[in-house]
Amino acid sequence: MRQMSLVLLLWSLIIATVYTAQADSTAVATYAKDLATPAKQRQTLEQLRDLGDPGVRSILLALKEGALYHWQDKLFIFTSDGVFVGLDGNPLLDNAGQPLFPETGMDAVPLAQDNMPLLQQTLDVIELFAPNPATRKSTALRLGNLQQVDLMPMLEKAHARETESAVQATLVEAINKLRLLSPDPVVRLQGVRYFGTTRAEAALGQLKGLQQTELDPQVREAVANAVQKIEAFLQLRNSVGYVFNGLSLASVLLLMSLGLAITFGLMGIINMAHGEMLMLGSYTAYVLQEFFLNTFPSYLDYYFIVALPLSVVVVGCVGMLMERGILRFLYGRPLESLLVTWGIGMVLQQGARLYFGDQTSVSPPTWFRGGWEVMAGLIFPYSRIFIIVLSLVSLAAMYLLLYRSPVGLKIRSVMQNRDMATCMGISARTVDALTFALGTALAGLAGCAISLIGTVDPEVGKTYIVDSFMVVVLGGVGKLFGTVLASFGIGMSNKILEPLIPGTAAAVYAKVAILALVIFFLQRKPTGLFPAKERTAAGMVR
Amino acid sequence: MKHTPAWKLALVPTAILAVILLIVVPLLNALGFVSGYHLNLFGKYLALAILALGMGLIWGYCGILSLGQAIFFGLGGYAMGMYLMLEASGKGVYGEAIPDFMVWNRVTTLPLHWVPFRSFPVAVVACLIVPTLVATLIGWLTFRRRVGGTYFAILTQAAAFATWLLFNRNELSLGGTNGLTDFKTFLGFSLSEPGTMRGLYLLTALLLVGSFFLCRWLVGSKMGLVLTAIRDEEQRLRFLGYPVAHYKIFIFAVAAALAGLAGALYVPQVGIITPNQIGVLPSLEIVVWVATGGRHSLIGAIIGAVGINAARSVLTAHFPEWWLIILGSLFVGVVLFLPYGIVGLPWQCWQAWQRLHSRRGHRKRAAEAQRLGELEGSVMESKTV
Repeated sequence: MRQMSLVLLLWSLIIATVYTAQADSTAVATYAKDLATPAKQRQTLEQLRDLGDPGVRSILLALKEGALYHWQDKLFIFTSDGVFVGLDGNPLLDNAGQPLFPETGMDAVPLAQDNMPLLQQTLDVIELFAPNPATRKSTALRLGNLQQVDLMPMLEKAHARETESAVQATLVEAINKLRLLSPDPVVRLQGVRYFGTTRAEAALGQLKGLQQTELDPQVREAVANAVQKIEAFLQLRNSVGYVFNGLSLASVLLLMSLGLAITFGLMGIINMAHGEMLMLGSYTAYVLQEFFLNTFPSYLDYYFIVALPLSVVVVGCVGMLMERGILRFLYGRPLESLLVTWGIGMVLQQGARLYFGDQTSVSPPTWFRGGWEVMAGLIFPYSRIFIIVLSLVSLAAMYLLLYRSPVGLKIRSVMQNRDMATCMGISARTVDALTFALGTALAGLAGCAISLIGTVDPEVGKTYIVDSFMVVVLGGVGKLFGTVLASFGIGMSNKILEPLIPGTAAAVYAKVAILALVIFFLQRKPTGLFPAKERTAAGMVR
Repeated sequence: MKHTPAWKLALVPTAILAVILLIVVPLLNALGFVSGYHLNLFGKYLALAILALGMGLIWGYCGILSLGQAIFFGLGGYAMGMYLMLEASGKGVYGEAIPDFMVWNRVTTLPLHWVPFRSFPVAVVACLIVPTLVATLIGWLTFRRRVGGTYFAILTQAAAFATWLLFNRNELSLGGTNGLTDFKTFLGFSLSEPGTMRGLYLLTALLLVGSFFLCRWLVGSKMGLVLTAIRDEEQRLRFLGYPVAHYKIFIFAVAAALAGLAGALYVPQVGIITPNQIGVLPSLEIVVWVATGGRHSLIGAIIGAVGINAARSVLTAHFPEWWLIILGSLFVGVVLFLPYGIVGLPWQCWQAWQRLHSRRGHRKRAAEAQRLGELEGSVMESKTV
């Protein structure tokens, strides 16, 4: 018995929808005929608009383009195939079944100039009922911004019919935007309260305008309240954004500065070519990507998995070569090694420019596209999250290597007292080469990571090198923690100062301000936050 | 022991330099061996040589490696450039009383910091005083805290970078990335006249000779001894009671003044000053000039500056993309193989010759000593037996 009633119910529902659809289409046909009558055109358009049937779309488009024809009390559309098609979709054929082109009586339906906006509006409203949810959403958004109060009934109708939650949310927002324009203060209050609770950024402009023109005291108060809430939310969101950007920059700086601090701490060599090591890492990723593009196009994304270790190895080897070939003659002469490494850096940079040209770019693998939407309108890109994670992992690896492994023990002992370490049988030369290679390998890793978020060009080293030096100067070379602190300090300060400085040159002034801060900080601690402990009177600053 | 005062010692080399620069070269120019264009180029090199002199003072004699000398050069250059621009304005493209680039940037009145530069004495004083003040400030903030060596080098490099960034902005009303250019006259003399160029050359040469004398005197005096001591053993000097920081600040300021002067002389001869002459790379190039010429000698600094800039003019004309590679290799090569520069090359060769000789001499003497030892031994044996 229950099943029977269920079947009956379903059946009646089907009949009903078919009937209404049919009814709708006949309704459309009835209305549409009146389009041809100039006097009734406006009224007809309004009726079609309020009908909310997507079926009228083709008719209206034809009317707009002047392809709507009227013949023998029926409407026909002149399609792009060059045939007349009736409203039911059947082409106009003569007795022989060939397309018919009547010579007389077939008149184009004119569209009155005044009716054009209404026609456009109707076409827009129709989109609210389109089958594609993305189309519905974008139409809802557009209509909300048009600020035409008479669209409200249509929006409400669409909202009643809507099933997708995302589109529903946009519709509600649009409805409330229109509510703000209503002459009735109660309705306005409704709209304002809605935006107050949802803290929608999109309504801020309108609300601020309303603040100026509003007369009703209750609504006025609500508007002020809502504006305040939205602005507070925006500020919070922006701050979170700045903090994240600061973290991202800090992680890049950390990767670069770790290598620099290790080489400087051990050998007193300031490696001015460190930026170019970063550049080499980026170019390794680029070359590898090109190689994968040509040889394994279907595995293109996996180039990155190979690029990470390969850039470490390649740049590490270059560093070792540099050390063995040139730098080992310069021990105890830090200023000279500065010049020599700068020269090497210049040669590498210009060489890269000559070989690769000035701008190449690496497209990140598809896994890194897009981001994590943390708050409304705030997206943390996956690539930056990856870089932050990578730098933390490298930091941990460095710590383990330096403080928990035999190699690290050797490195630290040579750093603290070279002569004694050699007396104990540690080959200082080998340790030097290893350490330098380690430092440059870290830079190579940083370069590979940076290729995800920027272009790969010969200048990429110069962008980060000055900041890295600041980090080393500020953090001191005694402890890894100093480098960590300093890189986070400088990275965050950079990104937090930027929005606080008005004008377009914020980034420049932020950099200058940071430099000034570092110089003033050095007044109190000339050797950095954590200077390496030494027992000689000559002091640390080598 | 009679002690010759330092300035007298400085007279002879100065005289030689003066003869070469102030007599020989103009003579060559008058006779037609050196064209006006080359004279102008040479004048530009001499201006840069003044810059190198300052660098030689602080690096070669005092051991301060400053990677920001180009800042002071730029400050002096911009000071003179501002004066020249104001002199030329009113005759520029727009015929306004303010420089053309300001008209493009829709600035209608002359900014406050430009107004004093209408007069030449102010420009001259500014190009000397402003770099000196900035250098004194930097020195005050760093040397007193004993920030030395590599940290100081990095800081000056960062300062050069920051200054370059700042000067590239249009907010400073200093021409932004395009810098100051389109100069017409210098003190009323048209800059396109060869006579003016000759005059500028003579002025530059004269000032170079004067600066050389000054530096030579400084270095030969007791101050020079102190500076060398700072370079070699700063800590010990401090223990002896010398105010090391003050000496360093002083010499740093002197070098900055020289750099400012160089900038002021450079600008009218070259006709343009841009922020690219203030950055990190120009500062490093100055170091390379001094390193190549010979950092422990003032003549070396001059030779290095003139030589490398001449080489650069020639090489960038023929192999523009290779210039940076050559320059980089020069850095490496000079530091590794020519620690005393070109000027020190004869001495290096002499030392190498000596060592070679002494090795041979050693072997000979060692062989002789052995024979002597054997003889003595046999004598001893015979004695004991």
